[in-house]
Amino acid sequence: MGSFISEPVGKSVPRVDIREKVAGTAVFADDLQFGPGLYYGRLVRSPYAHALIKSIDTGKALAVPGVKAVVTGKDVSTRIGLYLIDRPIFAGDRVRYVGEPVAGVIASTEEIAEEAAQLVEVEYEELPAVFDPVEAAQPDAPLLHPDLGEYEVANFIFPEPGTNISEHFKLRKGDVESAWPKCAAIVEGTFRLPQIQHVPIEPHVAVALWEPSGQVTLWTSSQSPFAQRDLIAQSLGIPHGNLRVVSPYVGGGFGGKAGVSMEACAVVMAQAVKGHPVKLRMTREEEFVGTTVRQSLVAHTKIGCDAEGNLLAMETEYYFGGGAYNDYGVNIARAAGYSCTGPYDIPNVKGDSYCVYTNQPIGSAMRGFGMPEIHWGIEQIMDQLAEKIGMDPAEFRRRNCVRTGDTILTGMKMPAIDLVACIDKVTEAIDWGKREEPSAPHKKRGKGIAIMWKAPAMPPNPGSSAIVRFNEDATVNVEIGAQELGQGAFTVAAQIAAQALGVPYEWVRVSAPVDTKYSPYEWQTVASRITWSMGNAVRAAAEDAKRQILEIVADYWDEDPEDLDIKDGKVISYKSEREQPLQKMVVYGLPNEGFEGWKGGPIVGQGRFMPTYVTNLDPETGQGTRAVVHYTVGAQAVDLEVDMETGQVEILKIASAYDVGKAINPDLIMTQIEGGAVHGMSSAFEALKFDEKGRPLNPSLVDYRIATSVDVPREIHGDIVETPLEDGPWGARGVGEHVMVQTAPAIANGINNAVGIRFNDLPLSAEKVFLALRGREEE
Amino acid sequence: MATHSITVTVNGVREYLNVPSHMTLLRMLREELALTGTKNGCEAGECGACTVLMNGEPVNSCMVLAVEADGAEIVTVEGLTPEDRLSPLQEAFVEHNAVQCGFCTPGVLISAHALLERNPRPDEQAIKEALVGNLCRCTGYLRIIKAVQTAAEKGGA
Ligand code: FES
Ligand code: FES
Repeated sequence: MGSFISEPVGKSVPRVDIREKVAGTAVFADDLQFGPGLYYGRLVRSPYAHALIKSIDTGKALAVPGVKAVVTGKDVSTRIGLYLIDRPIFAGDRVRYVGEPVAGVIASTEEIAEEAAQLVEVEYEELPAVFDPVEAAQPDAPLLHPDLGEYEVANFIFPEPGTNISEHFKLRKGDVESAWPKCAAIVEGTFRLPQIQHVPIEPHVAVALWEPSGQVTLWTSSQSPFAQRDLIAQSLGIPHGNLRVVSPYVGGGFGGKAGVSMEACAVVMAQAVKGHPVKLRMTREEEFVGTTVRQSLVAHTKIGCDAEGNLLAMETEYYFGGGAYNDYGVNIARAAGYSCTGPYDIPNVKGDSYCVYTNQPIGSAMRGFGMPEIHWGIEQIMDQLAEKIGMDPAEFRRRNCVRTGDTILTGMKMPAIDLVACIDKVTEAIDWGKREEPSAPHKKRGKGIAIMWKAPAMPPNPGSSAIVRFNEDATVNVEIGAQELGQGAFTVAAQIAAQALGVPYEWVRVSAPVDTKYSPYEWQTVASRITWSMGNAVRAAAEDAKRQILEIVADYWDEDPEDLDIKDGKVISYKSEREQPLQKMVVYGLPNEGFEGWKGGPIVGQGRFMPTYVTNLDPETGQGTRAVVHYTVGAQAVDLEVDMETGQVEILKIASAYDVGKAINPDLIMTQIEGGAVHGMSSAFEALKFDEKGRPLNPSLVDYRIATSVDVPREIHGDIVETPLEDGPWGARGVGEHVMVQTAPAIANGINNAVGIRFNDLPLSAEKVFLALRGREEE
Repeated sequence: MATHSITVTVNGVREYLNVPSHMTLLRMLREELALTGTKNGCEAGECGACTVLMNGEPVNSCMVLAVEADGAEIVTVEGLTPEDRLSPLQEAFVEHNAVQCGFCTPGVLISAHALLERNPRPDEQAIKEALVGNLCRCTGYLRIIKAVQTAAEKGGA
């Protein structure tokens, strides 16, 4: 087996999936072959942002040769959703955004389905629409969900029926009113972020097969095969055991492939043509407006500190524009509420975080889950406060940032982290405090810093499980339900299994694709929870297998299992110094003396993990014993140039440092840090645009630009801080989302440092910067 | 639906195919020849995931009709990959961990391969420019750029 890597935890071992990915043989959902029985689906989408559906005539579409069926909201009247069950699979009597699925056409080819979709005749009665979340939260705003009070909802989400508010989280700590007069400096501002999209390079695709026997299979690109099974099964009344979700490699997720979006449509369409798989594939345009987007936000925030720079009070209102359905988005507003201060220790806090229905695409999970949105304003205010009292912004953050053991805003004790170390690392890496020369006379150079925190935002009890199976040659199959999105989950699973078993890394295979019929349960691959939660489950499974092996060998040698261990794939005895290779014995066991019978048998280890300590919070104050499992913290600093003639901002360097607890694979973390920094940078310049009727204006990769190879900073520097997490595998916690949370405000602070102008609203387009520069000149 | 008989050499193998007039080269490769290494990211010429070599030049195969490929030589990511091992360019991607989800990777490899064929010693700017049409949402590009540099230093694609 060539050279071995033993004890791989903490080593930058190669990814388990990289060779097949560079060879082009890695299989993604759209690559699966289904033969000539495959049908294709196209969705008919609403052209109105808000309208009643008066009638749907499918006659002309059904008459097209090759069309097999057309489904509408009449065929499926149930709703679907994760935290708040508010979303019809196909629109019922009303549409709430441009692009909402109204009907699905199934045909023998994609072209025919597309042609027929244009022949479905829908009569609408247009209703007034609302797009701004603050306007939508007013009592006189057009009501999107008159039935909000009847929707099923998780017991920690608080909708306000009769309004468009789908969640209102309240945080009350101390007494802000009595704190304001003690402040030497107060900064207040309104900050706006537009909706942006995940833009995975692989669009959503789902193939569903409803067999006449009632077995249903869904092949899809998904971060959440198990959550999809659960939600679709519940919504459509399919027994969970009859619904199988198979998900090969995901070609980028970033939250957009979490929960359920278009997959439920594919299942309903398959039900209409039993026995035939139906493929539903999003075009790039549909990807932008017909899957999910990051919610918009309007934040009104006020923060004050004393003359020494100690933060005293914060009052904030977050209005998340949740789009037409907030089944997932409600929990984003909640997460933004219980973390509303950002990574700061502030004694007096009043926070209100709202998720608000708007007539826009569905706002849902996106990398950072509420945190990039709220840090945009917070981190700019912190810079302004530091400036007002004459303190260095990095020093101001060191003084006020959250520390281990602090009682944080929800009343919970802060688990071990070292944010000060992260600040120190990035200030060192960026030469903080040193003025650099711009590269040309018409350019200005500046530096900015921002820090962040984020907890996995999820229900209190999401579980992970894992199975470790030995093969005859002592290679190991690790079975997990966690998904490989590119972040390296499979590699981490293999490392943890190898380490805990005592076998070389190369002996471990991760069973793929994730298949709810065979893979052990995993809640979802979201929230940067996998290294921690799945990691614990894999470790437990490997330890279970190891214990079984040691008991068999101890019995065989007549020794105490306590004296035995597994090293490099051999059982060894510290006492007798005997050795027993794992080959064969892990399946066939070992003989009794003189072959008078056998002991042992095929080794299968199982493990699970579920946090059991998270508590609900008081609905009036947001106070409770344990709001979340833990936080990951980090800092970023940027060095940039502003072109005074064009308004173009060029990011020269980004330095990042995150406290990951324990780096299971340091180079994989660096890949997250680099990719996240560029994603964060790109997000500062991205925006979905709509006309006054809510129609999307830029749903293409030409009109909605993401960072390309020529846009990247010259250097991205990364540092890893390791303050072990109490219940993480070897102390590890997640970092996949955190790496982009504060990039945009770090850039904004850098621009202010360069040219002395603040931007409260994203995106930071060159045009906007240019106009602001010109406006100042004119003053 | 009108179909056309075409002859096209794909990864060194001559294929005789009957294709509908509107079928793209991308669809032909993926759906007729099951060469699914070439990816569909937009079908609009905007992402580069579908990049293949056509007569040695990188093209977005979603923007080429299969009939236009009649008589052409096509190379896909499968054709870049030698039997039993990886090409030096692919090895450089492994060495630099220049892959995350891997969906952009086949197209990126083709563009990089074409660059190294016409310019064996590209500087950083030349690499960035050659890859500008290949969108990657995961990696942040820096490792991809370094991998291409490494392959160039080690003697090419
Ligand atoms: S699929 Fe051809 S450029 Fe995107
Ligand atoms: S590796 Fe995911 S898009 Fe490039």
